[in-house]
Amino acid sequence: MKIAVLSGKGGTGKTLVSVNLAAATQTSVYIDCDVEEPNGYLFFRPEGVEEEEIAIKIPSVDEQLCNGCRICVDFCKFNALAYINGKLKIFNEVCHSCGGCILFCPEKALSEQDKVIGRVQKGTSENVTVNTGILNIGEASGIPIIKKLLNDILPGPEFIFIDCPPGSACIAMESIRDADYCILVAEPTLFGVHNFNMVYELVKLFDKPHGVVLNKCLEGKNPAEEFCLEKGIRILGRIPFDNELGLLNSNAQIAVRENENYKMLFSALLQIVTEEVQK
Amino acid sequence: MRIAIPVDEKSIDSSVCQSFGRAPYLLIYDTDSKASEFIDNKAAVSQGGAGIKAAQTVVDANISALLTPRCGENAAQVIKGASIKIYKTIDATALGNIKVFIDGELSLLDEIHPGFHGRGNR
Ligand code: SF4
Ligand code: SF4
Repeated sequence: MKIAVLSGKGGTGKTLVSVNLAAATQTSVYIDCDVEEPNGYLFFRPEGVEEEEIAIKIPSVDEQLCNGCRICVDFCKFNALAYINGKLKIFNEVCHSCGGCILFCPEKALSEQDKVIGRVQKGTSENVTVNTGILNIGEASGIPIIKKLLNDILPGPEFIFIDCPPGSACIAMESIRDADYCILVAEPTLFGVHNFNMVYELVKLFDKPHGVVLNKCLEGKNPAEEFCLEKGIRILGRIPFDNELGLLNSNAQIAVRENENYKMLFSALLQIVTEEVQK
Repeated sequence: MRIAIPVDEKSIDSSVCQSFGRAPYLLIYDTDSKASEFIDNKAAVSQGGAGIKAAQTVVDANISALLTPRCGENAAQVIKGASIKIYKTIDATALGNIKVFIDGELSLLDEIHPGFHGRGNR
């Protein structure tokens, strides 16, 4: 079963939840799709890591063949091409690799070229297979890396946790596309609720079964909890705000592997999630 | 000399549009003949790379200077690649900026903001 873990913004505990749930299983796969800032591997410290580069296709021009007809410039709806001073200029970071300009160039002046945008790393950490996507700084879109990570998933009954990019934009959509269930992680602030509502809208849009884990819970009012009650969103569990967890987290240690209490907490959460997915 | 300014309306008294790529019209003004011409900015509605396309439009209009409040990195590459100078507007209206430009009182835009292409999706 594929379980996507989402949050409205960074720092709400999305990685904490996905890493510890994965660690609480017998065996599982943890996939870090937060390609702009992957950090799950910092906790897992995977071994036997194999790396693969991810490239996209972008056009390159043979200036000897180009006659300046501009058919390609007019065609590109992403405006990745400009014709200035008698030369075609290609904006690699704007190009969406649709390949259209290459097809339409009457002079065959354009050809495909590989451009590496990032990499995928695969390793293991005890019971967990850890797959990480890493987008090179300055690249516009991590979607090709996420596609690669998700296409590489082998079918099987085991648990697969997808640590999604924060927010609700197309990169998050890509990450939940194939998920069987979505866990939304929320923190108890009003600002958090606003962002949370956006990912909530996203999972509803995709019609995904979902539930919420309330993180950083303290005594007293919890705006995120009130929001869930009001909207009738299933609350899967609560993670208390305490120093011990904070310390483990800041030392990049996996709470489930260090402390019995957290092992129980996340095992119970895993049990609830499993039942929800099988509903 | 021909100059370009992104504007909100088809009038020389129009306000300067705050976004070059997304401006509805591009004013082309000839400082010698004092003729003005308004080009529809097709880039305004494009999915991405609006700055690049708007820049291509003004380059093709054969201008020597662009007067704009701001300019993205990619657009600036196109404009500068065509040896066109970019000046920073200081007045709210197109006409006001034309006057100060003719008086030689506009300075070059030195702050080019990095592109937002594809970055909205964080
Ligand atoms: S379509 Fe081909 S020949 Fe025409 S401008 Fe583009 S690259 Fe040059
Ligand atoms: S491959 Fe597609 S997006 Fe890229 S420059 Fe060509 S037409 Fe534009």
